[in-house]
Amino acid sequence: MRRSLATVLFVSLTGAAFAQDTQSFDRIERGRYLAVLSDCAACHTAPGGAPFAGGLALRTPFGKLVAPNITPDPDTGIGNMTNDEFLAALHEGRGHNGKRLYPAMPYPAYTRMTDDDVLAMRAYFATVAPVSNRVISNQLPFPLNIRLAMVFWNGLNFTPGRHQPNPQKSAQWNRGAYIVEGAAHCGTCHTPKTFLGGDKNNDALTGATLQGWFAPDITNDPRKGIGGWSKEDLVQYLKTGTNRWTLASGPMAEAVSHSTSRMADDDILAIATYLKDSGEGGAGVRPEPVAASNDAMRAGAAIYKDSCAACHRDSGEGEIHLFPRLAGSALVQSDDPTTLARVVLQGTRAVSTPGAPTAPAMPAFDWRLGDAQVAAVLTYVRNSWGNAAMPVSAGAVASQRESLRRSP
Amino acid sequence: MARKLPAKDVVIIGLGWTGSILGYELAKAGLDVVAIERGPWRDTATDFPPAYAQDELRYAVRLDLFLRPGQETLTFRNNGSQTALPIRSFSGFLPGNGVGGAGIHWNGQTWRFLPTDFQLRSHLEQRYGKENLPADMTIQDWPVSYDELEPYYDRFEKLCGTSGKAGNLGGQRQPGGNPFEGWRSSEYPTPPLKQGLGATLFAEAARKTGHSPFPQPASNLSEAYVNPLGVKLGQCTYCGFCERFGCGNYAKSSPQTCVLPALLRFPNFSARTESEVVKINLDSTGKRATGVTYVDTSGEEWEQPADIVLMCAFSFFNVHLMLLSGIGKPYDAQSGQGVVGRNYAYQTTSGVSLILKDKILNPFIATGAHGMIIDDYNGDNFDHTGLGFFGGGYMGAGQTGARPIQTRPVPKGTPKWGAEWKQATAETFQRAFSLATHGSSYSYKDCYLDLDPTYKDRLGRPLLRMTFDFHDNELKMSAFLTDRLAEIAKAMDPAEMTASPRKGPYDSTIYQTTHNTGGTVMGADPATSVVNRYCQSWDVHNVFVPGGASVFPQNHGYNPTDTVGALAYWTADAIRDRYLRNPGPLV
Repeated sequence: MRRSLATVLFVSLTGAAFAQDTQSFDRIERGRYLAVLSDCAACHTAPGGAPFAGGLALRTPFGKLVAPNITPDPDTGIGNMTNDEFLAALHEGRGHNGKRLYPAMPYPAYTRMTDDDVLAMRAYFATVAPVSNRVISNQLPFPLNIRLAMVFWNGLNFTPGRHQPNPQKSAQWNRGAYIVEGAAHCGTCHTPKTFLGGDKNNDALTGATLQGWFAPDITNDPRKGIGGWSKEDLVQYLKTGTNRWTLASGPMAEAVSHSTSRMADDDILAIATYLKDSGEGGAGVRPEPVAASNDAMRAGAAIYKDSCAACHRDSGEGEIHLFPRLAGSALVQSDDPTTLARVVLQGTRAVSTPGAPTAPAMPAFDWRLGDAQVAAVLTYVRNSWGNAAMPVSAGAVASQRESLRRSP
Repeated sequence: MARKLPAKDVVIIGLGWTGSILGYELAKAGLDVVAIERGPWRDTATDFPPAYAQDELRYAVRLDLFLRPGQETLTFRNNGSQTALPIRSFSGFLPGNGVGGAGIHWNGQTWRFLPTDFQLRSHLEQRYGKENLPADMTIQDWPVSYDELEPYYDRFEKLCGTSGKAGNLGGQRQPGGNPFEGWRSSEYPTPPLKQGLGATLFAEAARKTGHSPFPQPASNLSEAYVNPLGVKLGQCTYCGFCERFGCGNYAKSSPQTCVLPALLRFPNFSARTESEVVKINLDSTGKRATGVTYVDTSGEEWEQPADIVLMCAFSFFNVHLMLLSGIGKPYDAQSGQGVVGRNYAYQTTSGVSLILKDKILNPFIATGAHGMIIDDYNGDNFDHTGLGFFGGGYMGAGQTGARPIQTRPVPKGTPKWGAEWKQATAETFQRAFSLATHGSSYSYKDCYLDLDPTYKDRLGRPLLRMTFDFHDNELKMSAFLTDRLAEIAKAMDPAEMTASPRKGPYDSTIYQTTHNTGGTVMGADPATSVVNRYCQSWDVHNVFVPGGASVFPQNHGYNPTDTVGALAYWTADAIRDRYLRNPGPLV
């Protein structure tokens, strides 16, 4: 009792530095919106579960982590957390009682957010319905389950610090940078990782593989990234989950559904402005397309005609907002064919949003096409209609098939 | 003892076209809606993806998407002197099953009835004299007019993105369209499909013989389309696997491709599949429904209370459930009294098959609603004086595909198997195609549905009994239509031609069509109808049958779906704009 009284006092004193009224509608509403920008629900709300009550298991390359309960429940949630502890968690990766967080919690990105924004989120989370749900977060194997190891990890991989505006750039660009690098933590998926799981900051947003998906290059690189997309294409994609090139599915479908489709138009435009102004220097050498006379290409052409052309068409143009365009698609030509192999083997469903409710699906072909056939048809789509990319090996498809079998 | 669930505003029985349309309209109006569907959830990518959607053995022969008689069937007899026997293998007609219902396996033929069809009895009596109508013919006027329904036809066609060419825009004749159709407030949402050689040759012959051919209106889309619900459909690939199949390409309009993506976004809508409604429950007065009782797959009974009950099952099963629930007076064929089960009707189809000389028709390039059609002999588009029958139908080259198992045309006299048969198949396949008539089926005193006195379903309920046969009027009509069609066919100079007018008695083992209509017909008089002009039960005001073909007072010379969809929208408007404000009889 004494302790909770002390906590209450501490909260109100700390809060006073930022806002007098902890029940301010504007502040709570801003916190709610920041929680959308930060996509907190993606991990902290389990499918079908109570909002923010935790329980979604994240499969990391190192083992399983379960997102904790962040409702105000004092025993199993964060009801007893002070504002300073909340700030330390988001900015420095230090949880309740100084316990080290694992960077599955994207504090390396949230550290860019202002104190005021973080505490606005804190104010919002204090208003959601408390749910008693005890979550054992750390399900990593020894020795990774030793949280203190994160001290060393942080030393190597983590640079704390708030976003520093670039005075050379517009306010819109800077807002975009703040969201992309901070709240929306795009790099958590889209930036390649070191063997320790840290961001390769020199390759920021150039694409990475996680959870059996390739999160594509979202720099403005004309061949590998979104250089071919107009700013409007990007805005439409984030707002509705689809544009003239593609449809969001897999983990990005969730990001669109929970976060980007609910962002303010100004913020989406800011993200597009920032992303369209990044990473153009990295355009690699365009590979020579695999010759049409190649055996895999010939087999792939026949498989494509038989199994793919009805929707994606002979021309590879697909149908806007229904069947993704393959001709000229950066994702189709990306160096890492993980996503391509995955969607052919397992199928996938596009996101449904108010602006694009259709949610068409790609059927699974794993029962029908062998590894060499999948490899051939992927090699074909990556090297037809002006596309050019490395051929896909049957071995790569086989390992994707195996990993889908182990964790679908 | 059924376990009672929390009450809903609306319970929908069956999640096909009418269920999904009503679900969308009423969920959008803010009501808490639950749909209870007897069959499974069905979705494009999992149930009929392009990787195997064209599996003729699975879908067309083994009838994968259809109701299994073990779950529910009906008994059949031709007339009251016979003992009806259960249909143990659906073949004459094929009721759908599961989410999407018949809207999944239909061909996509999207026809409006003629304006005079809606005033059938008064129109025929006025033009030909009451005494000239057969005494036992129980046709009646619809309680709605074409003019009233036109905006709702328009809405359903825009939902589907129907492909076609208008023949009458606001009363102005349009070249290339159907010159006989009622006025349309707008052109079809998408242009007509491309026609194959067979249909093109038929159209030439029809023109040469003084007829007015036009492309069949099709909900198999000629181009990609976004409907008013924001749902996108793809372009038809002319694969020729529509009838009995789901479309893997998002190109055939269905609840799945047109409504469900938008409907499922409503948090106030939910669906329970593999749950069969066994009864609509009434309060002690019998004038108000309290909800429904249903059984899930584990045999558990549940009571779902609701303020409004919508009967959105296939026609037979609306009639069946009404009889089992004691809503409305059952029809008695002896006395002609009572209404539930009355005026069961069907469709009178026939065909002319052709083998042409030296043509390569590629008949497999097709859709379920492909073809060039003439409407010169439909409804009362032609003078029936002295013909000895009333009614008619459209006719034309509407071959829906040439699927390899079931399409094996051979010249007359060819053996049924062996080397000679194989050779004849190979030589004939590309030159053969079929023409069809799609005739009306008027209603009669002795064609009806009631509860079977002997046979019961798996839940112990009496099966529905069908008593039906073709009448002379329909057989004469079919002979007349088939003759006209054969005359046009002859103008195509075929090497061989076989005309097959419909003959009686009705045979429930030979597939003709699944256009089973009537039994809960709509009308202006409670003595001759089950529901009023808003598809509302005369007896239990919070029960509606929103547009299923069971409300047709008789069947006309067109496919029913467009009218079913129009009536669904018509009823949805009536419930939302009138019934909710003042729950009670709307008429």
